[in-house]
Amino acid sequence: MTSFDISKDGVSALNRSLHDDAVAGMIVEAQNPGGAHNVATGAMFDCTVNIHGHVGYYCAGMNQQATINVSGNAGPGLAENMMSGRVNVSGNASQYCGATSHGGLLVVRGDAAARCGISMKGSDIVVGGSIGHMSAFMAQSGRLVVCGDAGDALGDSIYEARIYLRGKASSLGTDCVEKEMRTEHKDELAELLEAADLDHDVASFRRLGSARQLYNFKIDNLSAY
Amino acid sequence: MTDNKKEFDRSWLVESSTFSRPVIREIQRAAREGIYDIRGFGAKRTIPTFDDLLFLGASMSRYPLEGYRETCETAVTLGTRFAKKPITISTPITIAGMSFGALSAQAKEALGRGASEVGTSTTTGDGGMTPEERGHSSLLVYQYLPSRYGMNPDDLRKADAIEVVVGQGAKPGGGGMLLGQKISDRVAQMRDLPKGIDQRSACRHPDWTGPDDLEIKVQELREITDWQTPVYIKVGATRTYFDVQLAVKAGADVVVVDGMQGGTAATQDVFIEHVGIPTLPATRMAVEALKDMGMHREVQLIVSGGIKSGADVAKALAMGADAVSIGTAALIAMGDNAPEFEDEYNELGTSAGYYDDYQDGRDPSGISTQDPELGARLDPDIAGRRVANYLRCLTLETQTLARAAGKSNVRNLEPEDMVALTVEAAAMAKIPLAGTDWVPGSGSRF
Repeated sequence: MTSFDISKDGVSALNRSLHDDAVAGMIVEAQNPGGAHNVATGAMFDCTVNIHGHVGYYCAGMNQQATINVSGNAGPGLAENMMSGRVNVSGNASQYCGATSHGGLLVVRGDAAARCGISMKGSDIVVGGSIGHMSAFMAQSGRLVVCGDAGDALGDSIYEARIYLRGKASSLGTDCVEKEMRTEHKDELAELLEAADLDHDVASFRRLGSARQLYNFKIDNLSAY
Repeated sequence: MTDNKKEFDRSWLVESSTFSRPVIREIQRAAREGIYDIRGFGAKRTIPTFDDLLFLGASMSRYPLEGYRETCETAVTLGTRFAKKPITISTPITIAGMSFGALSAQAKEALGRGASEVGTSTTTGDGGMTPEERGHSSLLVYQYLPSRYGMNPDDLRKADAIEVVVGQGAKPGGGGMLLGQKISDRVAQMRDLPKGIDQRSACRHPDWTGPDDLEIKVQELREITDWQTPVYIKVGATRTYFDVQLAVKAGADVVVVDGMQGGTAATQDVFIEHVGIPTLPATRMAVEALKDMGMHREVQLIVSGGIKSGADVAKALAMGADAVSIGTAALIAMGDNAPEFEDEYNELGTSAGYYDDYQDGRDPSGISTQDPELGARLDPDIAGRRVANYLRCLTLETQTLARAAGKSNVRNLEPEDMVALTVEAAAMAKIPLAGTDWVPGSGSRF
């Protein structure tokens, strides 16, 4: 185990350690983040990072392989462009959590603000609470599970990502529609909930995805643009 | 029969300057198709450019340097502000960002080969970094774009510099569109999207919304690369003075300003021709912004947009830029719009010298295409050599002009070495009209 006091050591000392292969297999404790930005960004190896407190922007950004646990709330851009690994947040997450993330699992036990999963590209995001407006905007692939409600324009211009929503959406975005919940979808949803350690009946969720009507420009769709 | 037919006399016809034949054609095309014209290339309208400036050269009061004998340095180091590993380019001319997807893999490889041969950098584009490009580019700038297509931290760390793209000169404020016909299996795989669909690139970054956020984003990129790699910020030329100052505040090592002549692979014609300002005033505004902050030369300035000759390079440097970027000119050097493809251009309804349909993927030169057969026409070795030759010519021309002005380093060129040919250029560049000491608008900031 290795430990950092971010208020004294700074963020860079922690981040440098996560870019060194010596960290593989280790548990890293990060105390007193105090809302600092860029905590545990660019982790490259399979290790566990426990962050004790709130973090600012871009915590766990571009994570690869590491398991990063935040005991607190996270600022904007949590786990943006994550490639693999896992990020857990015990509290709430601000805007753009999981933006453009390519892989791995992001679990927010509380709520996530606007643009959750924007332009996601293959990751899994599970939110225990509700999410803000314009979430999953232009989401390309991957899966977004929302155990609470969603704000306006959910899944606007969505591509091939799948959304599982338990509560209500204020509105669905352009080209986002409800789809049949087949067995394979129930199975993958159950796996995601189990992975996130959340206990909900899969039958209480709806599946949302792309109507694929905006994939190629058509003048007749002009009102949708 | 023709002997009896009276030939129609057109000599008295007057064409409307408002409704010219191209305008009439475009109105009727729009009426048929119901959609705006999307095309590639850059602005075609006549605007003030570096051609509207002249060098004075040395005479009685200035001492020229001997061509072929006396050294005129061209190397520039970029990224000296914060990065632990700034990059040094041998010539102040870099290759601008152009995506794999918009361009063929062969074209990207050729650009890398050409740039590397002369010791300068090339730049990725939307869609990420290809192994061909990285492998053949000794100095590669990795663009960080709103779409984040193909974006990953491994490639970020392989880059010699990172360019955060806020905008580009052809379409400041606009996103992009790679039409479905150019989405091959490989392009689709790199962008995590199905083959054949139109791939939109957002106009804003997904995880920051203003310069204060951008400052934190830049720090994130630095943290991920352990503060080794220079970070550029690229803006389309609009409110350039303020944009440059905000880029500096956000922590840029290098600011890239792309004028409205800058090229694009696919943008609405109305956007290309009607948004943004020319490279000429943008260069002057960017330099003023840096000087007013006391950051001129500490933060390096790269300008782009319509750079086509060593004269353009020298004039941009004389106005205070540290380097320039070329895009369209590099494609032309490789063979874009070459007369040898005239028959095929005609089949596409155009002609060599006019071709701008980079968006449709049928480029006979094999450059702006993903068609394997067309792409195979471009030999990366030969095209790379052409790029290198062209870059060498630009460098020689720049040195020629610098020596004539008595400069032993191309970056020692200065505004005082130039005069303006037109009132417009004098006002935009804040350089006196030739034969006078008149700078229209002098005394006002903008």
